[in-house]
Amino acid sequence: MNVNMEKSAYENFKDISQDEHIAPGTALCSGCGGLLALRLALKVLGENVVIVNAAGCFTLLSVYPFNPFRSSWMYTAMACAPAGAQGIRDALDILIKKGKVKKEDDLKVVVLTGDGTANDIGLQATSAVLQRNLDFYYLCYDNEAYSNTGFQMSSATPFGSKTNTSVPGGVNPGGTAQKKKDLFEIWRAHKPPYMATIAPSHPVDLSNKFKKAAQFKGPKLFITFAPCPSGWSFDDSKSVEISKLAVQTGIWPLKEAICGELSHTVIPKFKPVETYLVAQERYDHLFHPVKQVDVIRVIKEDIDHYWQPYLGVEPLQDQS
Amino acid sequence: MVKEMLTGNFAAAWGARLSGVDYVPAFPITPQTEIIEVISKWVNSGVMDTKFTNMDSEHSMITAAGTAAATGARVFSATSSQGLLYGCEMLYAVAGWRVPFVLINVSRGLSAPITLEPDHNDVLSARDTGLIQLHVETCQEILDTILMAFRIAEDERVFLPVLINMDGFYLSFTREPVEIPGLDEVREFLPEYRPGHAFFLASKPMAQGVAVLGGSVYSYFRYQMHLASSNALRVHNEVAAEFKSIFGRAYSAVEPFKTEDAEYIILMTNSFTVKGKDAVNRFREKGIKVGLVRLRLVRPFPFQELREYLRGKKALAVIDQNISPGSGGILYNEVTSALYHEPNRPGAVLSFIGGLGGKDISLAEFSFILDEMQKSVETGIVPETQLLYTEQDMKNMNNFLNIAGKG
Repeated sequence: MNVNMEKSAYENFKDISQDEHIAPGTALCSGCGGLLALRLALKVLGENVVIVNAAGCFTLLSVYPFNPFRSSWMYTAMACAPAGAQGIRDALDILIKKGKVKKEDDLKVVVLTGDGTANDIGLQATSAVLQRNLDFYYLCYDNEAYSNTGFQMSSATPFGSKTNTSVPGGVNPGGTAQKKKDLFEIWRAHKPPYMATIAPSHPVDLSNKFKKAAQFKGPKLFITFAPCPSGWSFDDSKSVEISKLAVQTGIWPLKEAICGELSHTVIPKFKPVETYLVAQERYDHLFHPVKQVDVIRVIKEDIDHYWQPYLGVEPLQDQS
Repeated sequence: MVKEMLTGNFAAAWGARLSGVDYVPAFPITPQTEIIEVISKWVNSGVMDTKFTNMDSEHSMITAAGTAAATGARVFSATSSQGLLYGCEMLYAVAGWRVPFVLINVSRGLSAPITLEPDHNDVLSARDTGLIQLHVETCQEILDTILMAFRIAEDERVFLPVLINMDGFYLSFTREPVEIPGLDEVREFLPEYRPGHAFFLASKPMAQGVAVLGGSVYSYFRYQMHLASSNALRVHNEVAAEFKSIFGRAYSAVEPFKTEDAEYIILMTNSFTVKGKDAVNRFREKGIKVGLVRLRLVRPFPFQELREYLRGKKALAVIDQNISPGSGGILYNEVTSALYHEPNRPGAVLSFIGGLGGKDISLAEFSFILDEMQKSVETGIVPETQLLYTEQDMKNMNNFLNIAGKG
């Protein structure tokens, strides 16, 4: 197991800046885990950024004439935020080279997309900027469905969960029959200089990763776990708790890859995954009216299959 | 002042080079590809101080063009046909962002069936996107129009991207003598771009392309685009006048050809106009008073100018090199709506579809058009939309049908 043991820039919560770069009172749902991750990320990235947004939940961050950022914002469309980032980066580079823009006016270009965009309609444009080694940040807020449209299945939707286009019923009691796409590994195949998964429940880990990423020129990619109170159906005060459970049960591994070389930054305690599942209404059908042991077993096996190559051969999840 | 034999594609590349563009995002598609190949060579050899990026699709390409323009770069790009349609979502977006840049469409018939040669369904599918549209006839006009297009796009009264159409094959791969103006003259006409309203700077944060909630906000911004596009007619004419004073070549929104004393007018666009003008000359030799009007500015639509050239004519024939299945010619509908309230409008306005997928329009077909106009004037009966298709065309087609077992 390769655990990152370097001394970190952020040792504990108190090291995180108290400066805020997003004003409160946005149109996003209360308890949005993705927004918390973005808020923490911007504390490291600072003010000199231009966010290139793809259509999704976060589109509602900037609704005319309001904008919660101190920095710049460019709304593109669903499929093409990375291409939008390419245009801005290329323009800044050539304008700085020609002396039309001052070096100190340069900006970090940050793409913001949901999981539907990152995994589905925007995957081509993402792959392309990775191949072109575009110098930018990418933050995917993974709430595991098309949440802004009312929670429909995306290819990041986990097996066995309920969405409004994979509703459990008599023919298909398990809900989502497909497995979640492994976007991290798709990205990693491109060998970008830096990529990581993060979670809003782990702000120190998150901050260290953004800090570390800053030293690399090229794509710096993040997938944040984004608990979604309205889509996953849990109380909006529980987002951080849900996020913590996801990490502790091993269902959301916290990891990074530098030029494709993978390491985990948090080794979970492997709490039984049921503790995570029962906390959200989107998994209710797995426990009521009857417990769907086969579906739950597959979820556990998938966690085991993921971790075993890194940790050994013993089953990690309680198989009872 | 140099005059060279250039293809339309090469002339377009020269237009971009002389305009001093900062950025060219590119994606290949026949018959446009030569434009980006030439620019790529010039960028790599150092004669163009331009950032050139090979993109992954036209959707991405138009996005990158738009965001680079939103950052303050002077941007040029080119596409064709399927590519323009693939990027169509972003055509609406970049127009709504109100960013100036210049995009060439090298027209090519749309699939299905897939083909390579031109008609204008591709560019006219972008008719309602908000981009200014200029359709050119010659290789010289491509180069000149690119220089003018940056002036129009970057004008504060407009701030919209400009789409320039030239025909695939007939212009893209046809060499014509083209005068390449000197850089000093060009800079006098088109100075270096200093954006006042498009930037992303650390010292000046800006939000662009933001969402709106509610129809009143949306309507406001959408109608602003209409007003800005309408302004582009006046701006075009000012820019064209200045262009003429520096370079000596005159361009207008609507180009008249022997219209003054004409009784019959043929209305066309793009490179096939050359065929139309030749036909007009032949008819004139026989003493028939025929003229031609070429629509150069398609968006904004030059209603007033058209009326002036068409007022009092016996008949007008609109040749649409496009087809709106179930309706007919796209431009026919626009031209007739321009004439509806004109008291002295032509007695008959006929609709012809011709040149689809690059099919030739021969002199015989122009003669047929003239006959039909004369007949309509005599009988007062105006025929429905007609396809220009000769007996020889049908004969060739029947051969194919026989081979395909469908004869």
